[in-house]
Amino acid sequence: MNRWIKLAALDEIPPLGARVIRSATADIAVFRTAKDDVYALRDACPHKGGPLSQGMVAGNEVTCPLHGMRICLSDGKAVAPDNGCVTTYPVKVENGIVYLRI
Amino acid sequence: MEKMKLVMIGNGMAGARTLEELLKLAPGLYEITVFGAESYANYNRILLSQVLSGEQTIRSIMLNDVDWYAEKGITLHLNKPVAKINRAHRTVQTADGEITGYDRLIIATGSTPIILPVPGNDLEGVISFRSIHDVDAMIEASAKFGHAVVIGGGLLGLEAAYGLLSRGMDVTVVHLAEWLMERQLDQAAGRMLQKSLEAKGIKFLLQKQTECILGEGRARAIRFTDGTEIPAELVVMAAGIRPNAALAEAAGIHCNRGIVVNDTMQTYDPRIYAVGECASHRGVSYGLVAPLFEMAKVCANHLAELGIGRYTGSAISTKLKVTGIDLFSAGDFNGGEHAEEIVMHDTASGIYKKLVIKDNKLVGSILYGNTVDGAWYFQLLREGRDIADIRDSLLLGQNHLGNTGHQGENRAAAMPDSMEVCGCNGVTKGCIVKAIKEKGLFTLNDVRKHTKASASCGSCTGLVEQILASTLGGAYTPTPVEKPVCACTDHTHAEVRMAIRKHKLLTIPEVISFMEWSTPDGCASCRPALNYYLISTWPHEAKDDPRSRHINERVHANIQKLGDYSVVPRMWGGVTTPEQLRRIADVADKHQIPAIKVTGGQRIALAGIKKEDLPKVWGDLGMPSGYAYGKSLRSVKTCVGNAFCRFGTQNTLGMGIDLEKAFWGMWAPHKVKLGISGCPRNCSEAAIKDIGVIGVESGWEIYVAGNGGTKTEVAQFFAKVKTQEEVMEHAAAFLELYRQEGYYMERTAQWTQRVGLDYAKKRVVEDESNRKTLHQQLMQALEARKDPWEEFAVKGVEQQEFKVLEILDEVPL
Repeated sequence: MNRWIKLAALDEIPPLGARVIRSATADIAVFRTAKDDVYALRDACPHKGGPLSQGMVAGNEVTCPLHGMRICLSDGKAVAPDNGCVTTYPVKVENGIVYLRI
Repeated sequence: MEKMKLVMIGNGMAGARTLEELLKLAPGLYEITVFGAESYANYNRILLSQVLSGEQTIRSIMLNDVDWYAEKGITLHLNKPVAKINRAHRTVQTADGEITGYDRLIIATGSTPIILPVPGNDLEGVISFRSIHDVDAMIEASAKFGHAVVIGGGLLGLEAAYGLLSRGMDVTVVHLAEWLMERQLDQAAGRMLQKSLEAKGIKFLLQKQTECILGEGRARAIRFTDGTEIPAELVVMAAGIRPNAALAEAAGIHCNRGIVVNDTMQTYDPRIYAVGECASHRGVSYGLVAPLFEMAKVCANHLAELGIGRYTGSAISTKLKVTGIDLFSAGDFNGGEHAEEIVMHDTASGIYKKLVIKDNKLVGSILYGNTVDGAWYFQLLREGRDIADIRDSLLLGQNHLGNTGHQGENRAAAMPDSMEVCGCNGVTKGCIVKAIKEKGLFTLNDVRKHTKASASCGSCTGLVEQILASTLGGAYTPTPVEKPVCACTDHTHAEVRMAIRKHKLLTIPEVISFMEWSTPDGCASCRPALNYYLISTWPHEAKDDPRSRHINERVHANIQKLGDYSVVPRMWGGVTTPEQLRRIADVADKHQIPAIKVTGGQRIALAGIKKEDLPKVWGDLGMPSGYAYGKSLRSVKTCVGNAFCRFGTQNTLGMGIDLEKAFWGMWAPHKVKLGISGCPRNCSEAAIKDIGVIGVESGWEIYVAGNGGTKTEVAQFFAKVKTQEEVMEHAAAFLELYRQEGYYMERTAQWTQRVGLDYAKKRVVEDESNRKTLHQQLMQALEARKDPWEEFAVKGVEQQEFKVLEILDEVPL
């Protein structure tokens, strides 16, 4: 598809939190850090598929709520020593509106 | 481009190792030519003594055979000693006149045994102990003659003597010094060694100086300066070695006993390197293999044009390779001024240990009879580690150290690799050991991160620490008793709690900045702890931070493995009604809830609910949250008591409901469970609850700090009281003390183990006014509590939490 989709105002995503986009194929978690950086990752932990959107955000990492694996928001990779990776999606914020490219 | 030419003179262990290292780093950089004076390729010279004693063969001690050189494209000339280096033309010339040019030259000519300048030293049968050739001569002599004399009671001489003894010769060792191996051993150890070797059949003549060797053609006897003589058809000179620097010296390269090299193993002529026994580095020539290998590495690194290696000298250790003799020596065993000695000398069992300590560091060690800890001592010595903290047990060795703090038992070492250590994560001992070794782990935290062992319930922590200790040995540092809160800080829980109270910190950013956390927002470990400390210390002033709550506590439901949730409504004291049950059934039908489960806490769980549906489910239930997800009061389990039970002594249902209504919504360092039984039969399992109350005819017995989970702990007797009010006051005060002083994630059992049950009794049972204060403080803290489900479902707070942001048809994976 490769198009930018308008998602929501940045304010609708809580700082140090996430919101979920559901779809027939997979869910996407849209994160917002304390610095207002926004990231979109597939909402499934590489460990056992836990919903990352429900995890705690700190720095630019999220900790999976199921077993505590930490995932780097900017590249989707599990923080060492864990191994694993989730798909990341391009996002941008323009005039306070969050866009997602899929 | 033509390759640079690298020529190496000498083909011993140091030289060949240099080539190996070089080929690893920069294969193909040089065209390599090697000149060896011996007729063999590279063999392990250290094991010559074992070839002599018959424990090894020449074949088994070969390190790089001729094929190896061919394989690597190295031109190898055997039996071709080099006679001259011409630095102006950059060539070397062999004894038979062959001239080869070089761009880089390695001199690895090793050393020459010192032949004493005494008359008769050129007789047949007078040899040194240096090469395969010498060993052959010794073996040959041992077959024909009976008497051997070894001159020199150092490492090499003793090994030669032992080898000749094994070959059936009558062997006498002649030594100039007062005791054997005087450069490695003190007198006590030297004497012990002598005794052991004498027991094997070697004779010793100490403080004897050789005057001449007698014989015509072949040696026959040896005469000493005191006029005595002994028969000797074989004389082995092992009185020391001299660096073989003549070739370099003749070429005008600066030598001082050995060929002087800098830290990159270059000589005075930077195109020419010297490694091994022929080199003199910072005034020291080494004759042991470990330093030679270190030099080889540095030299290769420089030749490979990487230039990042530096040789700065070596600490050396010695082991005598004589079967049945355990001897180890390292460092400076005299110590000199201000040195302290720790000595153990057990003459009966032939064990001697001497450790020399200077400025709290181990500087030397001699071990005789039991050398298992040699490697460990050597490591301490090389690292220059401060040993003040382990000084008491230093002499007892590494194992002893590893056992401290583990009740003296060491199960870990005896466990088979296949044994499961961590049941939560299915981690075996083998897995842990492998990770420790391969990934170089040193701490409990490392092991937790890499293997997940003890990362879940933590009950195997002690065992994992033991495995670490037994795998790492001396490199293991036990985790300090008071651990930092998490990796974001060095501060302990106690320090954080104190700072929050003392400086009236009210928010997580305040704590993080005041206590200088290393991370901007903390992490998933410390944020919940900080949030709890803030709201328990300043209940009305600090604001709860939902973003520092685990999802369960944030949405007041339990996340399940598939990402949906379960909810457990509160049933006060485990008592329900037909109306309540009907409502639960209706909600389950309406929302198509996949599973209904009766819980261990005497209530009903509805499992498998989508997050978006939670507020509607709660609204339809119309029951308060059971906090089945929180570090908070969970359930109060009861028996029916005297209302129905023929054994019941007290109104347990009333007591249970009252306690639950008093304490619901109470956050704590960890979950809190109560049990109320009406008689000692204990149907509500009060003996494994945080607070267990057992009714007896004369009143109530209160037990505390039980635990039915991860590590079962039987609750301990706390107080006996008469009235329900007293039970309430004692329970509230105990819980409030725990809330104020417990560390996050610490159950009442661990907390009382840490502070002592007597402490809790003193503050609660024995101090009535303090008990009342604590009771009051808890009630005040709970004043502002609200049922979270009602807030979400009826008042509609935090609606965004339960709403999906967007629904799309499909997204790429």
